[in-house]
Amino acid sequence: MTRATGPLPDAGRRPRDEMRPPQLRRRRRRKQAIFRWIVVALVMLFFAIPMVALLDFSTRLRNGTRNWVSWQPIVHLGSDDPASVEIRAGLVNSLWLVLVTVLIMLVLLVPTMTWVRLRVPALRRPMEFISLLPLTIPAVVLVVGLAPIYRIISNALSISSIWLCFVYVILVLPFAYRALDAGLDGIDVKTLSEAARSLGSSWTTVLWRIVLPNIRSAVLSACFISMALVFGEFTVASLLGRKNLQTAIFIVGQGDAKTAAALALIVLAFAVVLLFVLSFFATGRRRQNQG
Amino acid sequence: MTEESSPTASQHRSACGVTVSLRDLHRSFGDVHALAGMNLDLTPGELVVLLGPSGCGKTTALRVLAGLEDADTGAVVVGGKDITGVPTNKRDMGMVFQAYSLFPHMTARENVAFGLRLRGKGSGERTRLAGEYLELVGLSAQADRYAHQLSGGQQQRVALARALAIQPTVLLLDEPLSALDAKVRVQLRDEIRRIQLEVGTTTLFVTHDQEEALAVADRVGVMRAGRIEQIDEPETIYSRPKTAFVAQFVGLTNPLPGMVENGRATVLGESVPLLPGSPANGAVSVLVRPEAVTVRPGGAPSAAGAATVAATSFLGSHGRVQARLADGTLVLAQMPTGPVAELAVGDSVTVQVLPVAALATRPTD
Repeated sequence: MTRATGPLPDAGRRPRDEMRPPQLRRRRRRKQAIFRWIVVALVMLFFAIPMVALLDFSTRLRNGTRNWVSWQPIVHLGSDDPASVEIRAGLVNSLWLVLVTVLIMLVLLVPTMTWVRLRVPALRRPMEFISLLPLTIPAVVLVVGLAPIYRIISNALSISSIWLCFVYVILVLPFAYRALDAGLDGIDVKTLSEAARSLGSSWTTVLWRIVLPNIRSAVLSACFISMALVFGEFTVASLLGRKNLQTAIFIVGQGDAKTAAALALIVLAFAVVLLFVLSFFATGRRRQNQG
Repeated sequence: MTEESSPTASQHRSACGVTVSLRDLHRSFGDVHALAGMNLDLTPGELVVLLGPSGCGKTTALRVLAGLEDADTGAVVVGGKDITGVPTNKRDMGMVFQAYSLFPHMTARENVAFGLRLRGKGSGERTRLAGEYLELVGLSAQADRYAHQLSGGQQQRVALARALAIQPTVLLLDEPLSALDAKVRVQLRDEIRRIQLEVGTTTLFVTHDQEEALAVADRVGVMRAGRIEQIDEPETIYSRPKTAFVAQFVGLTNPLPGMVENGRATVLGESVPLLPGSPANGAVSVLVRPEAVTVRPGGAPSAAGAATVAATSFLGSHGRVQARLADGTLVLAQMPTGPVAELAVGDSVTVQVLPVAALATRPTD
């Protein structure tokens, strides 16, 4: 009896699911699919609830009715409304900061990382360690250390917010480094650059025509993540007394919390879109590597 | 366009072949002396192969010539001009690397045209010349494919076309076949030689594969510990080695005990002429090639060459027999397949050494 109902001799090697009757298998797979969708729905809710709450808060009046008055300073950004002026100044500063930070980051990191790989590979680990340091240093501590330097910058140059780019380059360093490092890992930098050099390329041509096109998706990832970080930065700008989009939201929020919530919603949505684009590029790179 | 304004690939290749001299090159990496006073001269249009074991300095020598490494001391002279301090991109040398080095974001045609673009060639001329060089390596049909769409052998052919397209003064080949499978390696090896003869560019080829070296070279330089031990034509390197290292590194040898007298050594009862550089008298170890040894069935057990068959192997057109002498020494003989097939393991045989000139060394060497 036991022998007749026991597992087949090779049953131990087959997946457990295959040993079940077909009806049970279908039911099990349906359960798994439902569970997956529940998890996805919960995650979406986790992200959506704050955004819906922001939308709700920014449009609902005390009497329960809704209007878009709080969105007016954002929609009419060019107007003379004090909130519009504040937001405009913060947005322009942040856009410039994004541009300059990304540029400095690329100009600093791409040649340096390529050079280290080619000439002093022993420096790769120390460089990685240094690039990760900003993650471990709280922004407040960073500001305390940088305050004297920014005093000198204010005296020597100007009090413009654009000089925040220096500290922002430090803040984006860990993320940009990791993205570019992954890109450089995907190509044989040494052989490609030596081949290009032997064909007559200068070092600038090697970087511009050989290295950069082959780490394009890594460069884009580094740019997107840097953009997201700079757009969302508040602590350093606020403590150093500079103005960017986040400090503008804070200032607007002191007078009109609903407009600040509307603006925060836009910035949050922008960050989500950027992260989606980023994951799209990462997937593209993985497929390319597999191909 | 007229022919004058748009030269064909063969006209483009006409100005080839310069002399190359590496003079007393020294290069150290920490305590390791990769080059220890290396000297090498290449005549115009010559293909010299540097052959040697890993770490002997052959790749370092090639990289110093390419400008990818700096020599500690010494000089690199090309076409009578000292280019020791000239950067890589100004040396006009085409190079094919061991690793696949095609630019992944470019097609085969764009790869070949890359160096031409840097030399200011117009778009039309670039495309035409790239097409002609791809035809030279037999890859016209694959011109629009990217590196990942080409096999290893095809990638190395494109790399060769790319290196030749810039009309280099010197062509450098750094173990270009080592990543390929055996059959493709032989095909591409022959093709490289054909193209090199057609183009006539002075070429330095680095390899650790002796068969490859002997097959393609005008001259083979055998390297050891950072300098060239012997440089000669392939046949001379094989049949008239100057040192025990060269004899043992290039081809197989049987170190057999013998006694030297009047410029000849007595080995297994046979008199063998000795090559220059061998000791003039006394006990020696004679380095006998397997093809200079024959094994015959039977013979008296007390004879000098009495042995038993330890193993036989079939290698197509010929076979090999390993025979164990009475004192336990193993002797390798290479003979036609027929006589080898008649022997079985354990058979009593007589080993005989043919009177082919061989190098002898002191037994302790």
